[in-house]
Amino acid sequence: MEDIIKRLHPLERQVLPLLKKTTNFKDIVKESKLEEISVLRALQWLANKKILEIKESEKEIITLDKNGEIAVKEGLPERKLLELIEKEISLDELKNKSKFDDNEFNVSLGILKKKAAVEINNKIVSLTAHGKKLKKKEFLEESFLKKLPIEFSKLKEEDKFSFEELKKRKQLVKIDIVKERVIELSELGRELVKKDLELDLIEEITKEVILKESWKKKEFREYDLTSISARIYPGKRHFVNQAIDYIKKIWLEMGFKEMEGSYVQTGFWNFDALFTAQDHPGRDLHDTLYVKNLLGKLPKDERIVNKVKSVHETGGNTGSKGWQYTWNPKEALKLLLRSHTTALSAKYIANSKELPAKFFSVSKVFRNDTLDWSHLFEFHQVEGIVIDENANFKHLLGYLKQYYKRLGYDEVKFRPAYFPYTEMSVEPIAYDKEHKEWIELGGAGIFRPEVVKPLLGKDIPVLAWGQGLERGILKYYGIKDVRELYNNDLKKLREIKMWLR
Amino acid sequence: MPTITLNKKYLLELIGEKVSDKTLADRIPMLGTDLKEINEKEITVEVFPNRPDMLSEEGFARALSSFLGIDLGLPVYEVKRSGLICKVEKQLKHWPYVVTAIVKGLKFNDEKIKGIIQLQEKLAVTHLRNRKKGGIGIYPLDKLEFPITFTSGKLEDIKFRPLEMDKELNGREILEQHPTGKKYSHVLGFEKEYPYFIDNKKQIMSMPPIINSHLTGRIDENTKDVFVEATGTDLNVLQQAINIICAAFADIGGEIYSMEILYKERLVSPNLRLWKMSLDAEYANKLLGLKLGAKEIKKFLQQMGMDYENGEALIPRYRVDILHPIDLVEEVAIAHGYEHFVPEIPNVSTIGEESNEEVFFRKISDILVGLGFNEVKTYCLTNENNLNKKMNFNSKFIELENSLNADYSVLRSWIIPSLIEVLSRNKHNEYPQNVFDVGRVFLEDNKEETGVKEFTRLGLVLCNNEANFTSVKQVLDALMLNLGLLYEIKEDSHESFIKGRVGRISIKGKKIAYIGEIHPSVLKNYEIETPAAALELNLTELFELIK
Repeated sequence: MEDIIKRLHPLERQVLPLLKKTTNFKDIVKESKLEEISVLRALQWLANKKILEIKESEKEIITLDKNGEIAVKEGLPERKLLELIEKEISLDELKNKSKFDDNEFNVSLGILKKKAAVEINNKIVSLTAHGKKLKKKEFLEESFLKKLPIEFSKLKEEDKFSFEELKKRKQLVKIDIVKERVIELSELGRELVKKDLELDLIEEITKEVILKESWKKKEFREYDLTSISARIYPGKRHFVNQAIDYIKKIWLEMGFKEMEGSYVQTGFWNFDALFTAQDHPGRDLHDTLYVKNLLGKLPKDERIVNKVKSVHETGGNTGSKGWQYTWNPKEALKLLLRSHTTALSAKYIANSKELPAKFFSVSKVFRNDTLDWSHLFEFHQVEGIVIDENANFKHLLGYLKQYYKRLGYDEVKFRPAYFPYTEMSVEPIAYDKEHKEWIELGGAGIFRPEVVKPLLGKDIPVLAWGQGLERGILKYYGIKDVRELYNNDLKKLREIKMWLR
Repeated sequence: MPTITLNKKYLLELIGEKVSDKTLADRIPMLGTDLKEINEKEITVEVFPNRPDMLSEEGFARALSSFLGIDLGLPVYEVKRSGLICKVEKQLKHWPYVVTAIVKGLKFNDEKIKGIIQLQEKLAVTHLRNRKKGGIGIYPLDKLEFPITFTSGKLEDIKFRPLEMDKELNGREILEQHPTGKKYSHVLGFEKEYPYFIDNKKQIMSMPPIINSHLTGRIDENTKDVFVEATGTDLNVLQQAINIICAAFADIGGEIYSMEILYKERLVSPNLRLWKMSLDAEYANKLLGLKLGAKEIKKFLQQMGMDYENGEALIPRYRVDILHPIDLVEEVAIAHGYEHFVPEIPNVSTIGEESNEEVFFRKISDILVGLGFNEVKTYCLTNENNLNKKMNFNSKFIELENSLNADYSVLRSWIIPSLIEVLSRNKHNEYPQNVFDVGRVFLEDNKEETGVKEFTRLGLVLCNNEANFTSVKQVLDALMLNLGLLYEIKEDSHESFIKGRVGRISIKGKKIAYIGEIHPSVLKNYEIETPAAALELNLTELFELIK
């Protein structure tokens, strides 16, 4: 008991004695002169210590609605109407006198008829004998309205009838659901309230406490360490950006330089420079997002344009047969949202002077897909290239293997694949230990001579890869619907764990 | 990529040996096709678009059996002369070319007919780009009288009974009424003249690339000999298609006969003679990191259905994927087996380097996170309503031509609307909601190669009961203090903000940001009930100023 008293929080100390007088929460709040939230917290703590129990119940309370309040002040419309009828009156005249609108007039008159207070013959309204009595007596509904607010479960039979009638009418009465808390002391609690809870303990550490060394004379109040504290959230980077930073770091540590460039590209850089035939299905409107009403320009360096043109048409000086068609510069001028960051790689190859060189990027790409649980129109690609006279296919697999290892995939296999701009083309697949399945990771390969030679001026191996970013993030966070990555639900963003790699 | 379904029993018959499902499941992907499913009866695969020769059971079996080492090497297809002639008259500029062949001695059954139709369709979709480059027709030989003529005329004058119709229609009616006609009417449209085939008896045989005649263009189990044609815009591609079909026919016992096509110069078709490309072993070894001798290269190329003699690869005509010796190197790599390459990290010294701009952007984000902001990540694509109308604003923006998502059909010209939109979807969540995003915006600029200038901007919005000009200015102030920059603020006007509570920020004399209290009417448009103050700062320009 002593222990418990020692650990009581000042709020608990304040609230507990009040329970001798009342068990109603509202009353406790009033008595305590504290904020409702403080009282509630104190009671919650006391409940945690099994000193009391908080019983919550919901009550349905019938109260006056907007028109109800008016009716209480001015009388119900049917009462007003009844007052206007002396003996007999024509419908039109009654309506004029009442100043009611059509609806209100008809409803009120209907009620009087139902109460047998009036009769209507040939558009003449006449007062009945019962009507005369009613003029002096209160309607049931009127007395009911005066009783409000009243708890629904405590309605008497006659009240129920009145309530049902009034409920049908516009905004006369309404039901409020009110939460009620009743506090019940446990045996321990009943013992406790008898005690003197006034103890002189050190609460907060203040400057004064420190300077005056009060702890030498007084004891500290001890805390209930398990009591629940309100949650706070840190400011935070978006979790996808956290993952991007991690992946960037992997490539930086392997000696790669970051590439940057515009999201809008010409067909030239996104396709033609990558030896993608001008009638390739990937260039269709179904696949690639095009900019309306604007055209781009060909690169200033005409030599590159001519070389790309001739490599498409005849293979140029690359030793290739080419696509054997007439290359159309108009296709190359079309503006689009880059469908892969390989467009960046093409530009970097064209501008590389010092070799060997290694480049990477982790950035946005776009596809013309309908947004659904498995498709985004705007997402990210992890791209890398190695321009090196001595690079070979084994090195390509080596870089990829190392990258996937850093992403947590120890077991990686390589399968043949096809891309218009690489040869060998590879699709890495990795074993996902957690979900026990092999997953496809993207594409890789060695750029074709038809890509490299026109851009770089010589035919040397350029290792290249491009992988989707989002898939790995979905796996890591166990998210099923890809849209959840970018719906920016703040609750989720605040609560989601950090990218812990 | 085209997906095809192969009859497993028939495929194994063609291979001529029993192959277990396990071996199939293991080897098919390593040959370079994407295996979708193997069940008791069927194998479903996605064939890469560079291998149209594998779009039939015959072609697939040919590739697989040599890859498995069952039937190594180069299949040789003999072509005899038929002496039959195809005349070319009134050649159209938009559909000029025809190539033909005759195949005799076929024994069709339902399965084989199905396979041939699948091949014909898949070739039309992939290799012939949905018939835009050409169409293929197959006819029972005994229904035709030679010579035949490839000619052209007005749609209304081409009258015949098309397949799957019980009456004669003219060309226009076919395009308007026939299901296949409607499906492919876009290829040549309604305005242009159409090509057609007519035989010596003046029977119209077909109107390519749309449909064959019912009388002359239907093969069935009784068909033994066939006439095959491909017409279209690209002679090279048409020849490849005919070669692929002829090889498939020959694999099931057909004998191939050539025809003469009377252009200005005679063309003998088909041409299935092998062709050669030189492959330097050193070139292959350097790229693959291997040390293969000529013998091994020969064996590997044989495994891929080719051959290798005196430094030259012998390549069948249906292999349309060989453009450059590099393609042969890949064949060698696939035969060697991707699984047998040992991954290696080379000892090349290069210095890693993050983009300075990206580093700068991250520092900005770090400061804001320190101030308790949540970073959000919004799309660059939006719509006019969110970008302008709901913001009471009228910015110029760039539209997309073909977005499938109407809500995302415009490139954003500023970033605050994206953030306000995020807030409008988070009303049920706890406040304060203080968010930022670093993202791109797009403005027209004809000085750029792309006609579009892209800027990375910081957008931030404070949305809470105390949000006002002072609170957002405090954030700006903290940001500038930590970047060591002095700024000036001048009153400005902007319809999205409250008048007298919106300013333009300049740094080193350059206007670089907007700051202000969002107008309640904007909040109302977005159904937000909490005050908001915002900042939009051009980071691309800021970086230029301080680097």
